[in-house]
Amino acid sequence: MEPKEQSKEKKEKLWFWNWVIASVIFRLVLIYFPKNLNLASRPEVSTPLTSLRRLAEGYWLKQLSMSPYAGSMYHGSPLLLSLLGPLTVKRIEGQPDHLLCSLVFVIADIVNAMLIRATGQNLQMEYTRSLKLLDHVKLSEKPGKIIPSGDIAALVYLWNPFTIVACVGLSTSPIENLAIILSLYGACKRQAPLAAFGWVIATHLSLYPAILIIPMILLLGYGTDTPPRKLFLQRRNVEVGDNPPNDRCCEREEVVHRSEVPHVFSWRPVIHFFCWTSLWSVYVLVLCGISVKQYGGLWELFKRTYGFMLTVQDLSPNIGVLWYFFAEVFDFFRNFFLIVFHGNILFMMLPLAIRLKHRPCFLAFVYIAISSMLKSYPSVGDSALYLGLLGLFVNELADMQFSFFLFCGYVGVSLLSPVMHNLWIWRGTGNANFYFATAMAYACLQIILVVESVSAMLNHDRKLRKPLTELQDGKN
Amino acid sequence: MAHLPRPTLSLFLVLSLQIIFSAIAFGSDFQESDEEEFSEELLLRPLPDRKVLAHFHFESRAPPSLSDSHGRHHHLFPKAIAQLVQKFRVKEMELSFTQGRWNYDRWGGFDPISSSNAKPPGVELWAAFDVPQYLVDASWKNLTHTLSGLFCASINFLESSTTYSAPEWSFHPSSGSLRYGTLPREAVCTENLTPWLKLLPCRDKAGLSVLMDRPSIYRGFYHSQQLRLTSPEFEGRLESGIVLKQTLTVVLQPDSQGASNTYSSETKLQPSWSLSSIFGRKVTSRCVLAKSSNIYLQLEGGLVTELENVRKENVISWIDNVGSEGWRTNPFFDLSVNPDSVLREVNSLHGSSSSVLYEYSVAKYSDSRPFDLGLKWKSPVVWSCPQAPLHASRFLMGSGNERGAIAISLISTGLNEHFLGANIVEGSCKLEVDIFQVVPWYVKVYYHTLRVFVNGQPQAVTDVVEKMRVSPSEDKVSPGVMELVLKFPCDVKSAALTLEFDKGFLHIDEYPPDANQGFDIPSAIISFPNFHARTHYFEDSSLKRSPMLSKFQEKSRVRSYSEVLLVPLTTPDFSMPYNVITITCTAFALYFGSLLNVLRRRVGEEERFLKNRAAKKAGRLAQLLSMLSAKIRGKKWEHPQSPSASSSFISLKLIVKVVLVTGIAIAWQYYSQ
Repeated sequence: MEPKEQSKEKKEKLWFWNWVIASVIFRLVLIYFPKNLNLASRPEVSTPLTSLRRLAEGYWLKQLSMSPYAGSMYHGSPLLLSLLGPLTVKRIEGQPDHLLCSLVFVIADIVNAMLIRATGQNLQMEYTRSLKLLDHVKLSEKPGKIIPSGDIAALVYLWNPFTIVACVGLSTSPIENLAIILSLYGACKRQAPLAAFGWVIATHLSLYPAILIIPMILLLGYGTDTPPRKLFLQRRNVEVGDNPPNDRCCEREEVVHRSEVPHVFSWRPVIHFFCWTSLWSVYVLVLCGISVKQYGGLWELFKRTYGFMLTVQDLSPNIGVLWYFFAEVFDFFRNFFLIVFHGNILFMMLPLAIRLKHRPCFLAFVYIAISSMLKSYPSVGDSALYLGLLGLFVNELADMQFSFFLFCGYVGVSLLSPVMHNLWIWRGTGNANFYFATAMAYACLQIILVVESVSAMLNHDRKLRKPLTELQDGKN
Repeated sequence: MAHLPRPTLSLFLVLSLQIIFSAIAFGSDFQESDEEEFSEELLLRPLPDRKVLAHFHFESRAPPSLSDSHGRHHHLFPKAIAQLVQKFRVKEMELSFTQGRWNYDRWGGFDPISSSNAKPPGVELWAAFDVPQYLVDASWKNLTHTLSGLFCASINFLESSTTYSAPEWSFHPSSGSLRYGTLPREAVCTENLTPWLKLLPCRDKAGLSVLMDRPSIYRGFYHSQQLRLTSPEFEGRLESGIVLKQTLTVVLQPDSQGASNTYSSETKLQPSWSLSSIFGRKVTSRCVLAKSSNIYLQLEGGLVTELENVRKENVISWIDNVGSEGWRTNPFFDLSVNPDSVLREVNSLHGSSSSVLYEYSVAKYSDSRPFDLGLKWKSPVVWSCPQAPLHASRFLMGSGNERGAIAISLISTGLNEHFLGANIVEGSCKLEVDIFQVVPWYVKVYYHTLRVFVNGQPQAVTDVVEKMRVSPSEDKVSPGVMELVLKFPCDVKSAALTLEFDKGFLHIDEYPPDANQGFDIPSAIISFPNFHARTHYFEDSSLKRSPMLSKFQEKSRVRSYSEVLLVPLTTPDFSMPYNVITITCTAFALYFGSLLNVLRRRVGEEERFLKNRAAKKAGRLAQLLSMLSAKIRGKKWEHPQSPSASSSFISLKLIVKVVLVTGIAIAWQYYSQ
């Protein structure tokens, strides 16, 4: 029995690695297609923030000893510029133009997948442990039937067409995703320095991950996702009430020992995290300061990067809805709507944090999904990230509603959007509303995805509680 | 007897008053050079493609203003211009209104007229100021507004920083305080010509400007009215004051009599023309205020060569024939009027032959004997105009409204061979080309994609580009400016530069009313710093008989303007901003509402749990009692809600809320006031 199981496990592992290697080969094949299949110029792939072409322009300006932010081309980080800039200029004879950059992005994708997998394994361990703790009925019903969510999530991330397109299409979003995933991984492993590093870099690169500080703190304080703390308390009460009074004391001790693990908020890692965060921030700021010293300093840098993100100056079409909104809205309302739309990201932070504080990883997923939906220049690279993370919760979200509808919607929008773009921009037979309609549909799909996943997760928690409450009710 | 002295007396009085006034105005040292001067000239030139070029040149000079420039009186010089120069401290300025495009192939690209009077369509304005650097932009803005008022044109659009640029070295040697702006789409019409004519002392009532019959001018293929100001006094050179040069360059198609016949039978015979046939008017008198008033007929070098070739065959020395008949008639054409003198170009650079100038003085003519120069062609002749070393053209590449590329193509005109000897300086022969290009911000040029092709072969940029200055465009702030110095080998046949760009997307208000027409990219300026367009008609430069001819002698680099490019930009839907706003806001509301709903939704057991908790808060005794009674009655126990307590609680809550809202309102009111 035992060796058979082991071989099966091995087979499964082999199966996973085969798919990973296949995805890498697939990417390399796509890279060698002539002109990258023109993916680099797709508005879905390269936004003003993530376009490698703009980065190359910034690097070129820097080489001419001008500010890379002169002109409204480059809006990314100066660190990324000095990292990727030299690679945009290097050409290898007989190879595609941006081979080195593409390779960097492929490597980033693989690392992303591995980190997601490790995070998933961590989450799953915690999940099975907490289910065992609760002596859950479901567990006894279907023993050992928990899907390896880490592998699933990693493969979903690697084989998601969005990820592939973003990776091959020369956008810097794989690097941004890497920073976000690194911070999540670090927080799950409770390694404060790594989490702080990831968070600082992610915030530096794309600003919106700044809101991940709440899930970071919760992850470091409470540990990874567990069922609600109340459940453990309830469970303890039930157990305590069930037992006869004579051996209560020793039983209680055991229960206390078992259930106390998840709910204590430990301040140590959080304080560590803050110390490391300030350290890394200072480090990043000093590096940035050095690299933009002769071009107007840090203030100029913030104005050109974060200011550009927050004020939505570039109105070129992307898969979001803000470009068209701000192209049409009256100028005197512009500031108001900028505040409202960015406020929308912040408004939901607190309610979500209150309701999902026991599941910080899921909270991080929801935050990422919301910010990639409401950010000023969204691209498919952001969607790739949250869709990959969605795979982590495949067990909890098994009962999610509308999943087939959502799948069809994503497929439909990703097919229709290029068609509408072509009709509008290239053929001139359509107009802007055609493309905006797909962007609107995409936004609605994302809204449904977020709402339904949150609802499914809350329902899952309720389901976990149900047997306990029934037990309690029966006792009462 | 008694009548006679009166006019003489009054004449004497007027004269003496004038002398007194001018003595007061000019100070004690009353000199010849301190007088205001005006001169008018007209150059006519038959063009190879059956057209006629007419180039009016009016020049006014004001003596250097004294230190106290207040209350200065001007006799001839337009006061508006003098005030403008004083107020904005304009060192140099050039304003041109142009309609049509100069045909460099057929009308020439190497003579002074084509390099300084061929202008891009629309309005072009550049000005250099004698003010500190930080004030230049402010001066420019004020100047554009002033000129806009003076010339009834929308020059004030050049005020916006997105439309003007500061070229550093490729446009004009003296820079730093120079600003350059163009409005390619400005329509030029009589409303711009009339204020321009008002600056002339005789307006269009007398003198050469009488010829400016509006319909015939605007019927032409090309017309460019230009105003050029130089005031060297700001540079410390006090000997000369403000010089205002007003030129009007027109290319007209003469109506050949019986055009249908001659055109079909002898296509090569040039149409005959006269002043009255091309302008519809004759010159009756000179402008009495003008110092000189001349008309020139220029025969280009190419034409003269052709004529001389025939002379060799026919052994008729037509140009050296001193008799007046020789000037008037030759085997090719007849002139209706005898020229006063004939000038030959000296130090010609263009090949073997030099151009010839027939000079006519208008002073001799009057109302009874109007001047009407006519040229009657007798036999067909074909010639070509001198060309710039490279013929420049610019075009767009790519399709669709997302991206594209600008290409500048330079094709050798075969002129270089003449200059091979002249330009070999450092052993190897290099042809230097300056390019100055301004691109509006909504055309987002990727300067790192600059590629250079020489003779069809791609070249490393560093091999060809000698010097480069790029100031990239900033969204809604400044246009992109590129200045390049290219060095090609002299035997270059063709060269091309390409730059890729992305098309921008504008806010709905930033589109012009006819958004689907497209947007214009102003002309690029291609100049050849080693080639100078200058024509000498006099051996000694001191001879300043004619301001126009001395202008032709000035050393100015050969320059040509490329085409204006029309870039179609994608437009949003202009008709439905409200729909977009409402739909987007609905989506956001959907997100916010449904997510909040999910978060605060409680299903049955949770509500009961909450009720339990609430009950625990209420009095223990009451709770027990109610529980008991519920058990007795066999009903499910429910938490009793005492109406009085709850109502008082609610009212308290309500009052607190109302107070809060009023407080906020009052605070807001106070703050906003």
